[in-house]
Amino acid sequence: MIEFYPFIIEAIQIVIVLLFAPLFVGWVRMLKCWFQGRTSAGLFQPYRDILKLFHKDVILAENASWIFRFTPYLVFGVTVLAGGIIPIIFLNLPFATVADVIAIAALFAIVRFFTALAGMDIGTAFGGMGSSREMMIGSLAEPAMLMAIFTVSLISQTTSLSNMADVLIHKEFILRPSMAFALLAFVLISIAETGRIPVDNPATHLELTMIHEAMILEYSGRHLALIEWAGMIKLFLFTTIGIASFFPWGISTSVNLINISAGIIFLILKMGFLGIGLILIETGLAKMRIFRVPEFLGSAFLLSTLGMLSYFILE
Amino acid sequence: MSINLAAQVNSIMAALILLTSFGLLVQRRMYGLLHLFAWQGLFLSVSTAIVGYVSGAHHLYISSILTLTLKVVLIPYILHFLMRQLHIHKEVEQLVNVPTTMLIGIALVIFSYYLTAPIRELSTLVTRSTLAVALATVMLGLLMMITRRHAVTQIIGFLALENGLFFAATSATYGMPLVVELGVALDILIAAFIFGIFFFQIRTTFDSLDVEQMTQLKEED
Amino acid sequence: MSIASAIAVVAGIWSVAIDTPESVTLSIGLPDLPFHLRLDPLSGFFLTTIGLLSFFVSIYSTGYCKGYAGKRSVTHLVIFYSLFIAGMFLVVLSDDAFFFLISWELMAIASYFLVMFEDELIENRRAAFLYLVVAHIGALAILLSFGVLAGATGLESFSGYTFDAMRQTEFPLKWATVAFLLAFFGFSAKAGVIPLHVWLPEAHPAAPSNVSALMSGVMLKTAIYGIIRVTFDLIRVFPLWWGAMVLILGLITAIMGILYAIMQNDIKRMLAYSSVENIGVILIGIGLAIIFTSFHIPVLAALSLTAVFYHSINHAMFKGLLFMGAGALLHATHKKNMDEMGGLIHYMPWTSTLFLIGSISISALPPFNGFISEWLLFQAFLLSPSLNSPLLNLLIPMGAALLALTAALVAACFVKAFGITFLGHWRGHHHPPLQKMGLEVNWPMRLGMILPALMCLILGILPTMVIEWMDKISDELVGGKIATTAGAFGWLWLTPVAHERASYSGAIVFLWIIVVVILVYILLHSRKTAIHRMPLWDCGFEKITHRMQYNATSFSMPIRKIFGFLFNIREQVRLSISTRHPSFPNRLYYRLRIRDRFWGWIYKPISESSYWISRKFGRLQQGYIHIYLIYSFITIIILLIFAR
Repeated sequence: MIEFYPFIIEAIQIVIVLLFAPLFVGWVRMLKCWFQGRTSAGLFQPYRDILKLFHKDVILAENASWIFRFTPYLVFGVTVLAGGIIPIIFLNLPFATVADVIAIAALFAIVRFFTALAGMDIGTAFGGMGSSREMMIGSLAEPAMLMAIFTVSLISQTTSLSNMADVLIHKEFILRPSMAFALLAFVLISIAETGRIPVDNPATHLELTMIHEAMILEYSGRHLALIEWAGMIKLFLFTTIGIASFFPWGISTSVNLINISAGIIFLILKMGFLGIGLILIETGLAKMRIFRVPEFLGSAFLLSTLGMLSYFILE
Repeated sequence: MSINLAAQVNSIMAALILLTSFGLLVQRRMYGLLHLFAWQGLFLSVSTAIVGYVSGAHHLYISSILTLTLKVVLIPYILHFLMRQLHIHKEVEQLVNVPTTMLIGIALVIFSYYLTAPIRELSTLVTRSTLAVALATVMLGLLMMITRRHAVTQIIGFLALENGLFFAATSATYGMPLVVELGVALDILIAAFIFGIFFFQIRTTFDSLDVEQMTQLKEED
Repeated sequence: MSIASAIAVVAGIWSVAIDTPESVTLSIGLPDLPFHLRLDPLSGFFLTTIGLLSFFVSIYSTGYCKGYAGKRSVTHLVIFYSLFIAGMFLVVLSDDAFFFLISWELMAIASYFLVMFEDELIENRRAAFLYLVVAHIGALAILLSFGVLAGATGLESFSGYTFDAMRQTEFPLKWATVAFLLAFFGFSAKAGVIPLHVWLPEAHPAAPSNVSALMSGVMLKTAIYGIIRVTFDLIRVFPLWWGAMVLILGLITAIMGILYAIMQNDIKRMLAYSSVENIGVILIGIGLAIIFTSFHIPVLAALSLTAVFYHSINHAMFKGLLFMGAGALLHATHKKNMDEMGGLIHYMPWTSTLFLIGSISISALPPFNGFISEWLLFQAFLLSPSLNSPLLNLLIPMGAALLALTAALVAACFVKAFGITFLGHWRGHHHPPLQKMGLEVNWPMRLGMILPALMCLILGILPTMVIEWMDKISDELVGGKIATTAGAFGWLWLTPVAHERASYSGAIVFLWIIVVVILVYILLHSRKTAIHRMPLWDCGFEKITHRMQYNATSFSMPIRKIFGFLFNIREQVRLSISTRHPSFPNRLYYRLRIRDRFWGWIYKPISESSYWISRKFGRLQQGYIHIYLIYSFITIIILLIFAR
């Protein structure tokens, strides 16, 4: 029976990813309302939104092709696969060897590729605009992401997320400037990739300001439910990648009930704090002009390069 | 506080000094420049104090306090006062755009790392690895002077350069003799005053502090 | 056609079976200068690649040539096609300089005639001429390089020209450098490395699509074969800076290639520039391999070389597929410009799906094959801190970042290509009556495209088996193997160095995606929600026309704005506004011209100076018979003086 435990934990982790992601987004929206002095819709509103969408009919444009209908399933499936690989509550997941962090970045690239295609499928100006801007931002975020990964992998000598977390947990704690720079760069990149302010506004439908929303404008019903859910899971996953790479203490390394439950509790605590951090950034900054985004991503690249240089120079 | 922890904190300060140098390069707002310069001075003084603790050279504590008063409080205040009197624009004008400047900056850091590699092999001090950061700060200060159009920003570049030199002194030889440091500090203070006077003079002659205007002084032939 | 494809099949399968450490040497040819042929693992690999793609394209061509029926005769297409493929096979099989150059010339001349196949258009003739000129400059450089190598073997008369003789010699560094630089220059001219790439975007669109598929897919690989053969097999010892030079050129080629590709609206030109980018990626791998070898780390050199070989076969597969798809589009719509197409996914279901598979593969997305080679290359980059040089430790990761940028831009380019061509509405000026069944291409063309698509999937899912097969090549060339570690964790996982370091399983990703998609689909379709087909919503805007969509130029606009400083771009906008409604213009004239800066910097000065020199020499030709007799007389006297 012991050999089955990791698979059971894997299943538990996937369920946690599926269920906690809307909770995290609900927490973030609630904080934003509090900071802005408004009344929030409640911690569980995202759940109600997704369920409502699942019950609705789908309105499909006449010229939508199979790509439009296939994309929500693909996006959801790939995002959940990434959720099964990242060490969230347990280090030695059976799926952890399926992809290292570069491959996880490539999985998110598939999501971006197909969403962009879906945006262009119907043939509206909004869709094309969203796709074109998204591809530009995606391509500029890649070098910064690679540099950040490289900097982190210098210390742990591996690019597999589980092993990175493992090394960090078991090594003695040293203050490293390279990690600090890489963390800052990672925060900037996550903001760009998950489409939060100041790169993209997830709550708007104005032409000037939407990128991700523009691509999914024509979706409705269960397709939209899947895509929205996948978007929430993506935000959750980027946060957990950051936790696994930079503060992995608390992720359980052994298969017993106490450690796993402790892992879950630590996860909730860390996500709570990171949600507060995210909202501080969102309410403190305004959304940037689209052509200032390359500078934003350029500073992310600069920070991650500084991290790499600090490793060689100072350590 | 153990030597190891002190060395780590010193490395972090060095990293922060490098970050502020880059920040000075990419910053768009004038008042932001002043704040970054003040932060750089703060990190520098903390680093000096740590080096003083590690090496037992107590005069470095005095240098640290001197740096604190001068570079974190006095000079930013003087520059702030000047900028208000001269009604200076809030935006920094540049000759070269920001991404290119960043790339050149990274190249300079790599270059200074390459240059100081032999010293790192030979030195026995705790601070040997921060010499590359110091040299990089000097070069970035110089880069800032080259790529900026406004006279005030060039002064800040010059002051950042001097920060770098000071940092280099503490990393390479655990600081200079106190007399030398006092002399240098006084020179910087006087320089700040003289710059202020010159700014007013330039302004009355050209009606602007854009250094490109100074090409009018060239002899036509 | 069927003969050509049959030969290709036999050759392909045969070389797969024979890819063992043994080599076979035959000797035929002219007296005193016999030809040598040799089949060793390196040749076998390239033979397989060429054979596979030739097989697929031959099947495709049987359908494609029906488009020429009645318009022109295809006999010389067939003749030159077979000669072209034969030339490529002989290049990788030849074992001495003389035979190599003969087969090289055969390949070049045959492809020249193929490019010129539709010679009534002047731009085709111009493109073919440019191709011929660049190919011959390259061939000249290769000839000189072999001459240097043969001379340095120290053997008298012509015996030094066999590769065996060259393998046994230790070359002095100066001559090795000269030979390497000449060979690299010559092979780069054929491979399309910047700045010698200018013939690629002219010649590939001019040729018929099946020929473009072959040229882009495998002819460029013969140049790569040449570089690897000369560097790793003939000149075996080399300094660090060769690798740095190759790496930097590869990076520049890759980034400039993809940026050019994004700016193009003509599908075939875009695919040609994309080939430039992929050759750049291959050069990056070769550069890394050279650097690692000069530091005596054979395992990492083997990793880089494996990435190079994997990328070569990947590129042959997906580029061939994409060019065949472009040919299908041309065949069906008779248009080359993306801006005039759209909505074709409804009328050409097979072509669109296969083109999609090609686009996903080239964008290096799991679970297809492009990802494997890019991933291996990134792993090689990330392992560079094992080098002891501090400067390289800092500069090589910057190269990795540039490679990441390139890979992401490729995805952007192919989203644009697939999206504008196949999705949305028809963007042409007039609405042609597109019947639903009339446009899809015939079965041979479909089969010719399905097979490479399957290969793309297989190469993506079973990398460990492919690497095991390829490992002998890197073992022979650099003395390192990675197959033992690559498959060590199990046949499903690719673990190039050690499984704690990094691992990837393409098969599991593929299976997972299928399982989850089916599962979610079933779960969601068990309830009774319906799907309604309506006109598109677009936030409630009415009166949407097909002209309001994004087209190719607008899609690439953000990237053009950011990277535009690398090109010579001129935009012209003219607005004619009526005085009654100043906010709504009557007419808008927009013109965008993007030019290659290399024309102005390199080619124009060279062509102008060569004209100038020829004019000066033209003065020698006076037309008077007396002058010519005086020339002959002076020459005889000079020769007699020196012959004493």
